[in-house]
Amino acid sequence: MPTLTRWMIRASLLWLAAGVLLQLGLSLRWPSPPWLSALSPFAIHIFTLGWLTQLIFGMVYWMFPKASLERPRGSPSLGWIAFVGLNAGLVLRGFGEAGLVPAPSGTWGWALPLAATLHWIAGMAFIANTWGRVRER
Amino acid sequence: MPRLSVLAIRASLLYLAAGFTLGALILWNKGAALDPGLWRWLTVHREMLLLGWMAQLAMGVAYWILPRFSQGPPRGMAPLACLAIASLNAGILLTVSSIVGAPGTAIAAGRALELFAAIAFAVHAWPRVRAFGA
Repeated sequence: MPTLTRWMIRASLLWLAAGVLLQLGLSLRWPSPPWLSALSPFAIHIFTLGWLTQLIFGMVYWMFPKASLERPRGSPSLGWIAFVGLNAGLVLRGFGEAGLVPAPSGTWGWALPLAATLHWIAGMAFIANTWGRVRER
Repeated sequence: MPRLSVLAIRASLLYLAAGFTLGALILWNKGAALDPGLWRWLTVHREMLLLGWMAQLAMGVAYWILPRFSQGPPRGMAPLACLAIASLNAGILLTVSSIVGAPGTAIAAGRALELFAAIAFAVHAWPRVRAFGA
């Protein structure tokens, strides 16, 4: 299994655990701080992006037909850009969503646009690296 | 990789690109207001990523890697799988057309096509899910 795939699958497992923990926090009926309940959309994206999408990215990088003999998995750089963009974007998004509650246009206002940009770059890097590997034998 | 898998996986990558772009715009808009109308695209974003990207990728990969038959067509009822992929894409497009004001019947028809796609793919894949040598 390539190094990037190991990092992606392990990160996806960590996000799965984090997502379940956050869902637990959101479901408890104690008086929770307002920023915690603001993390509901983030919790969904922990599962769909951090867990499912990242697991798919890692498996596709590993298992799809080889791009060429010299570079069997295409561009490792694009793969790492997808990994960093996805995970850094998710972390930033968590702080950004929580930070919007006390100060809607305050310190963390920049975090969500930056997280959005990182996610988008991650997706495009993955697509660019995968497209050529999807072909008939 | 068979042609149907190539088509389905490439279509799923296109939905990934479109869904991520919409999602990025919606998230950007949440932090730094661009256009309040962007929120309307949330259902399209969801539809494209859950069905267009994830479900279609899974179907494309399953059609490729599930065990093949040693007698008869190797991938079984291939026309049914083709019909499933075609219905899924038609269903998604009809469903997301709600954003441009399509009538409720178009959305219902889209959902019906998606249901048909799920059933057709399951009927195709069911006999291929078996132990080695069975």
